[in-house]
Amino acid sequence: MSAANERQPVPPEKRDDTILAVTNVSKRFQVGKRTIHALSEVSFQARAGIVTGLIGPDGAGKTTLMRLACGLLVPDSGSITVLGMNATKDALKVQQSIGYMPQRFGLYEDLTVQENLDLYADLHKVAVKDRPARYEKLLHMTGLAPFTGRLAGRLSGGMKQKLGIACALVSPPPLLILDEPTVGVDPVSRRELWEIVYSQVKEMNMSVLLSTAYLDEAERCSEVVLMHEGRFLGQDAPEAFSSQLVDRTFVIHGRGDGNKRELLRKLSDHPQAVDVIILGDTLRLVTRTSMNCQQAADTFAIDSKLWKIDACKPRFEDAFIDKLQQHREQTGATKRGAITAATVKKKKDEAAIVVKDLRREFGDFVAVKDLSFTVGRGEIFGLLGANGAGKTTTFRMLCGLLPATSGTLQVAGHNLRIARAPARAKIGYMAQKFSLYGDLTVRQNLNFFSAAYGLRGKRQKERIQWALDSFELAEIQDNDSEDLPLGYKQRLALAAALMHEPEILFLDEPTSGIDPLARREFWSHINALASAGVTVMVTTHFMEEASYCDNLVIMARGQVLAAGSPSELTARYRSPDNPEPSMEDTFIHLIEEFEQQQGKTS
Amino acid sequence: MDIMRLRGLVRKESRQIIRDPSSIGIAFFLPVLLLLIFGYGVSLDARHVPLALVVEKNSPQAMALVSGFNQSDYFLPIPMRSIQQAEQALMHRKVDGIIWLRHNFARDLLTGGKAPIGVIVNGVDSNKARLIEGYVTGVWFNWLERMTGAQGRKLKVPVTVEHRVWFNAAVRSRDYLVPGLIAIIMTLIGAMLTSMVVAREWERGTMEALMVTPVSMKEVIASKIIPYFLLGMGGMLLSVLMAVFLFQVPLRGSMWPLIVSSSLFMFTAINMGLLISVAAKNQFVAGQIAIVITFLPAFILSGFVFDIRTMPVVIQWLTHLVAARYFVDILQTLFLAGDIWPLFLINSVWLAVMALFFLMIIKKKSRKLLE
Amino acid sequence: MLRKIFALMKKEFRAILKNKKTRMVLIIPPIAQILVFGYSASFDLNKVPFAIYNEDPGLASRQLLARFQGAETFHLVATIDHDDGIAPLINEKKVMLVLHIGPDFTRNLSKGQPAKLQVILDGRNSNSAMISLNYVRTVVMGFNSHWAALHGGHHVPAQLVVSSWFNSSLDSHWFIIPGIVALLALVVTLEVTALSVAKEREAGTFDQLLVTPMTPLEILIGKSLPGFIIGFVEATFIITMTILWFHVPFRGSFLVLYLGIFAFLLSAIGIGLMISSISVTQQQGLMGAFLFLVPAVILSGFATPIENMPRFVQYITYLNPMRYFLIIVRSSFLQGASFDLLWNLYWPMVLIGIATLTAAGMLFRNRMY
Repeated sequence: MSAANERQPVPPEKRDDTILAVTNVSKRFQVGKRTIHALSEVSFQARAGIVTGLIGPDGAGKTTLMRLACGLLVPDSGSITVLGMNATKDALKVQQSIGYMPQRFGLYEDLTVQENLDLYADLHKVAVKDRPARYEKLLHMTGLAPFTGRLAGRLSGGMKQKLGIACALVSPPPLLILDEPTVGVDPVSRRELWEIVYSQVKEMNMSVLLSTAYLDEAERCSEVVLMHEGRFLGQDAPEAFSSQLVDRTFVIHGRGDGNKRELLRKLSDHPQAVDVIILGDTLRLVTRTSMNCQQAADTFAIDSKLWKIDACKPRFEDAFIDKLQQHREQTGATKRGAITAATVKKKKDEAAIVVKDLRREFGDFVAVKDLSFTVGRGEIFGLLGANGAGKTTTFRMLCGLLPATSGTLQVAGHNLRIARAPARAKIGYMAQKFSLYGDLTVRQNLNFFSAAYGLRGKRQKERIQWALDSFELAEIQDNDSEDLPLGYKQRLALAAALMHEPEILFLDEPTSGIDPLARREFWSHINALASAGVTVMVTTHFMEEASYCDNLVIMARGQVLAAGSPSELTARYRSPDNPEPSMEDTFIHLIEEFEQQQGKTS
Repeated sequence: MDIMRLRGLVRKESRQIIRDPSSIGIAFFLPVLLLLIFGYGVSLDARHVPLALVVEKNSPQAMALVSGFNQSDYFLPIPMRSIQQAEQALMHRKVDGIIWLRHNFARDLLTGGKAPIGVIVNGVDSNKARLIEGYVTGVWFNWLERMTGAQGRKLKVPVTVEHRVWFNAAVRSRDYLVPGLIAIIMTLIGAMLTSMVVAREWERGTMEALMVTPVSMKEVIASKIIPYFLLGMGGMLLSVLMAVFLFQVPLRGSMWPLIVSSSLFMFTAINMGLLISVAAKNQFVAGQIAIVITFLPAFILSGFVFDIRTMPVVIQWLTHLVAARYFVDILQTLFLAGDIWPLFLINSVWLAVMALFFLMIIKKKSRKLLE
Repeated sequence: MLRKIFALMKKEFRAILKNKKTRMVLIIPPIAQILVFGYSASFDLNKVPFAIYNEDPGLASRQLLARFQGAETFHLVATIDHDDGIAPLINEKKVMLVLHIGPDFTRNLSKGQPAKLQVILDGRNSNSAMISLNYVRTVVMGFNSHWAALHGGHHVPAQLVVSSWFNSSLDSHWFIIPGIVALLALVVTLEVTALSVAKEREAGTFDQLLVTPMTPLEILIGKSLPGFIIGFVEATFIITMTILWFHVPFRGSFLVLYLGIFAFLLSAIGIGLMISSISVTQQQGLMGAFLFLVPAVILSGFATPIENMPRFVQYITYLNPMRYFLIIVRSSFLQGASFDLLWNLYWPMVLIGIATLTAAGMLFRNRMY
């Protein structure tokens, strides 16, 4: 390990316009027998009058840091100064001068929009005579004016989030702290939220500290603080991060018959590759050192008959992955390969999943409306949509957990709801939030699931050993699964779903909250399975993840807005201003069109 | 304390109560349900006890005794031919007792010999057995008086016991069980209402948002106590009305001691619930604790069914930790006996001490921190 | 099939026993409850506090009162000499009863005229009042026969010869403590089962379980067995305590008793699993268990007889498995009842068990969403 690698990132010098100063802050929590180092020696400053983004995956320590800044937690060591006041000693004074929105927005769902505003106005002691003007402004800004009488619980995710912000802004604070304001919100609302944040910064000269796990949002901040596993990784303008990667990012287009998954495996095994992902029909490559296209083709021995390689603009995510890889190599961890999977015999003529006119009603509410699609064998198929679009309902019907109101559905030739047990043995299922038996150890979980799938004797032993080896769970096999970090839980959940080598794999939001590296690894496993002929059905609300699929449907309000391969879908919205639209752009276009149509018909 | 903030919080809490059917349910529906179940389900008096009558040989004296049993409201006599049949019926729990007049009963009676009247009771339910014994004695004594009266004599017994049962002359067990029940139900209601609501704020993440405002913990606590106190008092009023009008329990005490003691008790119960929720921070755990530490002790150790005076000394001491105990005492007295100030004062002071003690711990435990 | 059930059962056991908190819930409350209940839940009175108000200067009254002072069951607290003294003593619960003897007690007695002992009782707990009155009567009866033997003239033509079967001293502990077997077995099995499905639903693992090739029957059996085993162990523990610690006689057959336990646990587990399958969250499961438990205990005859309840309430109790099992357990202990005396108590419990288990199994998959 070289001396340069051990150097800690150095935060910028303290400046006059510092609004938040974090100095050598550490914080530990005791969870059962395990000590979690939520923050280790973190230092940085945030400047006044700009949006500072706190970026990092779940478990990075973002929420802990924000709670410390609000005086809700006491640091084990170090100090935090907010607006010149010590956040621990003068907590009450700090709380008088900041606006804060916790995760899940901190709203009373059984109060109306107006009542929530009234409550926070009372708590912040906003004079009664000033209220009407302030309310009008906030309601106008958030677009909530028509809904003042509606219960907060009845608002959509995006509206809740806007109300949460309005409550935090009731008495305009010099510093606004927002903890993951965009989680579980559709892209349109996300865009609107950023507009609100920026209007406050511009008009009131407000300072904003905002945390997010979405890397694409980093590019919208004026400055970002990068965090990972309780450590500070760096602070700078987002462009400064990505500019370090100029000449290191490439897009590889197929010219015809090239197998993208084979190429993916080949590239990701290469030591020069920092990151390789499949995006629709293309691959995206980040190299360790700068090079031009020809050098890249030579280094990775890419067959130019099959593939065309182009340079592309680095993104913030590339920089983050790069940082994480460096961090990982410093700590001595190695890159893991994809799992091995037994090949599933192809029955070419038969589709894996056939859904026709599927409908599900809950009382008056139509959760899924006349859904039809077909999934071929060995395909990775995505269901994309915001929370509440009907993805999970569809998914549960496919797995046989929920009866359909009408329509037909066939999975591997059976309707799983009425199918007998042997039919169910052909599918693997990984539930949302990686449902495992938290009070059992890793090995006990594997034991149980293998037995539940009817494995026994030698085969059971073999499969458990396979799971422990390929997912690197052997070392922690005697730990309780609830104490595991999220990434391990996800691996264990996938292992449990694969114990019986299913033909079809169902994955419900398989990567939410996982750090980008673990997500990469996860997708490499999924790609390996798909190459072996396993059909994979996956739901996601990450727009970008949708590009990893072979085919997908985009859902909103229980209906299919569009279906096709990722490149087909994005191609529809190619325009002179936006020659390469992202999946998110596509999604927003589709939603807007859909809303217009709805407006016309109703 | 700041009036504007407190008013805002109280208003918020009241709105939540009005919109949340579960707290209304706990405050009004649960007491009604429990009072109905308990009020009708719990009675220690025996009425219409099935009793086997074995008269081996008929005689006017035996007939007189039988008619005594027939006329008694306490018994449901079933004539049987033989003692074997009666014993079988007892074994099969068809009857709870047997009255056995042997064939020589009348002869012994007339010849002045001691004529035994055999009484067998099923002792499995010892309390009931003892009641049956008492009732049988009553019937027997009436019969003796009539017998001797018919002969123109007066029954001569050296010492007769004449009893007066104060406060409950008719000896209706329901009259003392129902006031006790109110105390127990209110313990549960008070603790359940508040233990769940604060935990709910933690769980939904609203507590965090609340804490980052300039609000003080004192204001938060006060805002929880005030509306739930009023709600609990509503449930209390409903229970008292049910006791008086549905179960016909006399209310002999005056209104204001009832109001004062109910307020004190409700305050204690709510503080207990708040303490649980401050400690638990999770609705599920809070609910579990509330049930375990309030309901069972209140049921067994409050003197509601089982008289505290009959318990071993150590357990009698233990009962002093059960808030319901003081309220059971106050309510039983207020309903049946009336205003008895010394009792009222002692119990009220205990309740107040407990309430303040809980409040102190709550204050100490609830810092404006998330850990 | 057996393997899958065994795997599920093993997993359930691990989940129950691994957590320190749930282990405590299974161990501490039974011990605490049997001890507290065993000692405190009793209708018998001892050391009844009483006061004497004797206006009679004669010897006879003192002789009578001496019998009270000497009795184990009574405890003299005060002696008063005014009518006014009675009310404060009773009102403030200083005494449970006052014995009042009028001025002409000895004179009447020696003249062969009826002498009255007036007993003033605190009726706030009418049950205690009646029991203490019975004690007073017993003492007076003893005095009477003694007096009659010495002075003659007293003749009662017919005497009551009372014998109480199965519990000759009418010790109410013998009634209450065997009942605790039923109470605790019910509480513990409900605790184990009522949360078992709800917990998995909340954690999302129940979906995982449903997509495996396990059938609802297999899941049902796998989820029931831990409840059964834990219920059996707890019941056995309480039975042992009842016999060895509290010395309640066991006169019946263990086979009869354990058959009853089996049927009772079957019904309790069925109800627990049904509550659990209806609930989406553990909170609901807990509330459901509580809302079942309270009426089930009150309307079982555990402390107060079912026959005293209004008719419609009595009909409801037929749905309560504890009602049947309480009789089995008490009859087994005290009466030594054989199977033929109890057989009609078994099948209702088995029926309840089968019905609720079937409902639970159907609700696994077909819950209303």
